[in-house]
Amino acid sequence: MRSLARLLLAPAVGSLFLWMIVPLAMTLYFSVIRYNLMEPGEHAFVGLENFRFFVTDPSFWTAIVNTLLLLGSVIVITVVLGVLIALLVNEPFPGQGVVRVLLISPFFVMPTVNALLWKHMMMNPIYGVLAQVWRAFGLTPVDWLSDWPLLSVIIMVAWQWLPFAVLIFITSLQGMNREQLEAARMDGATWLQQFRFLVLPHLGRSIAVVVMIEMIFLLSVFAEISTTTGGGPGDASTNIAYLIFKQALLGFDVGVASAGALFAVVLANIAAAFLIRLVGKNMDR
Amino acid sequence: MDLASPTGVKIVLWVRTIAAWLVALLIFFPILFMLVTSFKTELQAIAVPSVWIFTPTLDNFTHVQERSDYLLYAKNSLITSVVSTIVGLLIAAPAAYSMAYFPGKRTKDILMWMLSTKMMPAVGALVPVYVMAQTTHLLDTTFALIVVFMLSNLPLMVWMLYSHFKEIPPEILEAARMDGASLLTEFRHVILPLAMGGIASTGLLCLVLAWNEAFWSLNLTAANAGTLAALIASYSSPEGLFWSKLSAASVLAIAPIVVFGWFSQKQLVQGLTFGAVK
Repeated sequence: MRSLARLLLAPAVGSLFLWMIVPLAMTLYFSVIRYNLMEPGEHAFVGLENFRFFVTDPSFWTAIVNTLLLLGSVIVITVVLGVLIALLVNEPFPGQGVVRVLLISPFFVMPTVNALLWKHMMMNPIYGVLAQVWRAFGLTPVDWLSDWPLLSVIIMVAWQWLPFAVLIFITSLQGMNREQLEAARMDGATWLQQFRFLVLPHLGRSIAVVVMIEMIFLLSVFAEISTTTGGGPGDASTNIAYLIFKQALLGFDVGVASAGALFAVVLANIAAAFLIRLVGKNMDR
Repeated sequence: MDLASPTGVKIVLWVRTIAAWLVALLIFFPILFMLVTSFKTELQAIAVPSVWIFTPTLDNFTHVQERSDYLLYAKNSLITSVVSTIVGLLIAAPAAYSMAYFPGKRTKDILMWMLSTKMMPAVGALVPVYVMAQTTHLLDTTFALIVVFMLSNLPLMVWMLYSHFKEIPPEILEAARMDGASLLTEFRHVILPLAMGGIASTGLLCLVLAWNEAFWSLNLTAANAGTLAALIASYSSPEGLFWSKLSAASVLAIAPIVVFGWFSQKQLVQGLTFGAVK
């Protein structure tokens, strides 16, 4: 039995291990040599030179802050709005099915379409829909991508992930104990009390799931940045993933990019350690 | 005003209905706007204020097919997402089964380790993977994309299947074993039917993720194996100013998966919750 169990596990563990270790080993090697695609020739060993270069680059800290800001804001926005919307559409009302279909749609829109749709049709400062709304209220339209680049990216990503949160919360709410709520109401619990002491604890697990999955996908947001702001203006909307990309493919400096990639791996592991605590607490049964 | 009275209940329902519809339309609006724009001429597309009543034209759609072979990209998207999902399920299901029913001391650690590989930013592996694909002459092939999509979805697949298998009561399995069912019979006649919902929802989610995957498609493909995500990115150049053509291409790229998602949303949610939400 034991050996059979191992045998069944082997292909998944083996392929994932290779998928992790081979690129990691190569990255490790590239990170200590001079390797610039524009300067062919021997790859001299340079020790920690590339790391020093990457860390002392002022873009590095900007990128870390941006990564965390993006991650944090999208999680907060989607969880808070997600719970509110889920509560709003949870009880039956005319057209509930259609509303659910409309709500979930943005989740299926691919990141490149999402990015171009918002960049041009929504956020264009002259023709865009938001500009029209601003003018309707007598305000000066905002040039979103130039003036608020990171906020623009946050809006796009949050628009994509809000439906996801809503769906998970709806599913969770549907499993709530109605008699308990009824009893609380009979005892004169206010709406806020019901929410605080019954609904929120019930949603705990699904909030953990949403945070976990969003963290996995949002640490490496790429397409939304590359197709809209290109990380700019300056580094205003550059996250770690995009900074490494810039070094590797736009700067042709594989060595420095690899050093950066190792930092990203460390960052991911810190996040993972945090997650394991969070998920471990909420998922142990 | 007593909200518990019959009229009060009615008013609350009305307010809730209107609010829910408003929120849903607001969230859906960008997609609707893009859909409408795809039937406009370029001049109508950038009119301020936006035009909502006009004679629809199909020119943009024919233009997309002519300018860049839409069907080729659609075929690539379909092949890469379907094949990577099926192969992924074939590898993930036995692993999840093994961990769910024959857990060892390390099972939890293996699960967590798998999840942590998913947290590595893909960009960290970009250069090595690119170099490997180049040396094996697999750049710009659907094969390379299939392998990469499969591997990057594998951790999620194992996790989801694991939590679905876990939900099958062990008593059922014991009963089957008492009746002398072999492992294969047990898997085929007991577990597979019971876990079908979970397997379906896992497959559906990975299909959506693979279809929408942009990072690897953008960086590993060109004219041959490009997927729809890469095709759309090619419209981000100044041509992006041609709104109605951009919209038509986008609508063509997302329509299959959005419609697919609408029909399978129930299963999808089930899969996404990792069995943690009841």
